[in-house]
Amino acid sequence: MIHVIKKDVPKTRDKILIRVAAVVAALLVSSIIVIFADANPINLYIGIIQGCFGNLHRFAATIQIMVPLLVLSLGVMVAFKMRFWNIGAEGQFLMGAIGASLVVRIFPNLPLPMMILTMAVFSFLFGAMWLLIPAFFKAKYGTNETLFTLMMNYIALTIVTALQYDFWKDPGAKGMPKIANFPANALLPSMSGFNLSIVFAIILVILACFFINYSKIGFEITVLGESENTARYLGINVTKTIIIAALISGGLCGLVGMFQTAGISGALSVGITGGLGFTAIIVAWLSGLKVPFIVLNSFVFAVLLQGGSYIQTAFQIPGSVAEMIQAIILFFILESEFALHYRFVSDKETREVA
Amino acid sequence: MEIVFFLSAAVKAGTCLLYATLGEIISEKVGHLNLGVEGMMQIGAVIGFIAGFTSGNPYIAVLCAALAGAAGAMIYGFLTVSLKSNQVVTGLALTIFGIGFAAFFGKAFVGKKVPEAITIFFQPVKLPFLGDIPFIGNIFFNQSVYVYFSYFLVIMVYIYLYKTKWGLNTRMIGENPVAADASGIPVDRYKYFNIAICGALCGLGGAFLSLVYISIFPVNVVGGRGWIAVALVIFAMWNPGKAMLGAYFFGAMDIASFWLQTYNFPVSIYFFNALPYLATVFVLVFTSMRKHKNKKEPAWLGKNYFKEDR
Repeated sequence: MIHVIKKDVPKTRDKILIRVAAVVAALLVSSIIVIFADANPINLYIGIIQGCFGNLHRFAATIQIMVPLLVLSLGVMVAFKMRFWNIGAEGQFLMGAIGASLVVRIFPNLPLPMMILTMAVFSFLFGAMWLLIPAFFKAKYGTNETLFTLMMNYIALTIVTALQYDFWKDPGAKGMPKIANFPANALLPSMSGFNLSIVFAIILVILACFFINYSKIGFEITVLGESENTARYLGINVTKTIIIAALISGGLCGLVGMFQTAGISGALSVGITGGLGFTAIIVAWLSGLKVPFIVLNSFVFAVLLQGGSYIQTAFQIPGSVAEMIQAIILFFILESEFALHYRFVSDKETREVA
Repeated sequence: MEIVFFLSAAVKAGTCLLYATLGEIISEKVGHLNLGVEGMMQIGAVIGFIAGFTSGNPYIAVLCAALAGAAGAMIYGFLTVSLKSNQVVTGLALTIFGIGFAAFFGKAFVGKKVPEAITIFFQPVKLPFLGDIPFIGNIFFNQSVYVYFSYFLVIMVYIYLYKTKWGLNTRMIGENPVAADASGIPVDRYKYFNIAICGALCGLGGAFLSLVYISIFPVNVVGGRGWIAVALVIFAMWNPGKAMLGAYFFGAMDIASFWLQTYNFPVSIYFFNALPYLATVFVLVFTSMRKHKNKKEPAWLGKNYFKEDR
């Protein structure tokens, strides 16, 4: 018989080697699928790289995908640290976007710096509020937060749909169901495709590093994630910690709603998230909930996403190829996790050890 | 008569949800929260359509859809059961994969019609005797054979989970795999079996959409119904019979928005789109507030079982 046993903590060199091997294997498997579709995989991969780094404009587009993904992953990470499975990043993102749009509708004439600040606060609060609801029930009744936050995504989506098709529909759009664009004083300043959200992201990365590693609440969240009993024994107020972590997690995801509306799309719409909320969960998890790896992995996924949309327009290859490649890479990296932490032994070997 | 028409349409709209929900119940009962329902439905829908379009044979189409769904589920099964990876993350990855897969392989078939042989095969058939019952007959027993098979499945899943030894073992693994393992139940084998069945049923649910529900293959045939199925499992409190009622209720919500527009109903139609999710949230909160253990989610839902950790 073959058994599975846990390994000691893997070496950094092994970690890197196994990850690289996983990505290479994933690209090989993806190539087979691509060949099935009568396309040349080498050209395809070159196309993806060109689409991300070919010129400054495309590189900016890559970074502008990376920024929301990074901040969403940071938000998700805070909740995951506590073993609170917030899979509602998508919904918090949408609520944050509603918050930012609300500011524009109520105070359309604020000067730019005030406008950005107010939008940031509102989008943070709206996202935080959206996670606070499941967090409250989790803390009070132990309600399953995975399923609850998942449902909240779709409730948020119907709210945005109702706003776009009904309540906030732009009468000037000739019957098109769209919400009016933000005025110029509500758009994030940008330079050759790079906008202000990048500065926000850099600050947030530094804050997140500090928060998780050096702050009291960060410590409490980590302990609570390791063991609720230990947390109680240390005198940590569990309910309070869950609520605070949820506020931060949801708030960060909400903030992305402002980046996206005021920085990229210029208006609220149902398609604004592009599924980034779900991708962020995967990024946070694959990064082992560590901030530096989150930065790295959100860049890698941004490359795949931007490359995917580029090959669609440049080669007429459906962009869904990139989605599939992304998922295949995920499968292989998840497998490599296993290779890092476990190994197979046969019965004979176990007996020898014993 | 119009209410009968509406309800019969609701049953039809709910059928794809019913298939997927029954599958997800089986998977969750063994402790595996598979968020890849949407992906498996997408795979089933596109493979079912391609097989049906090329062969023109309804049996082959349905069989291929079920196998394709099960194959997708096995990726998830291998990763979560054998390799112990996180269920939520793996399930989401499967959904991303399924959507990409369906978009990629379905692209050449967009706008194609379901072959006539299959359309005729899945036409509504009025059952003798049962179909003549006033009111109910026209709602439930004047449907496609694909719908009838789902009635049969509800009974089968109920018998499997609650009246057989295998079902008992399945539920035990979901509640406490440590005890199940200690009493000699092959935990991993049960998990694989249940996950594969879940995939096959999700595949069938997807193929219902592409073969029966629509006549021309669209760009995204499933369009988020997989997530409603995940919600429905909770709404039905992991009970196959309630899943049936819930599926038709959610199916009714799906078409209510179109119907009510014609009557100038004073409630916003968007409320009906949110209703399935709102109802699910209420059920979720309500079940967690009371102490009935058999109406809650399985205790080990979403957690992997690692033998050596015991």
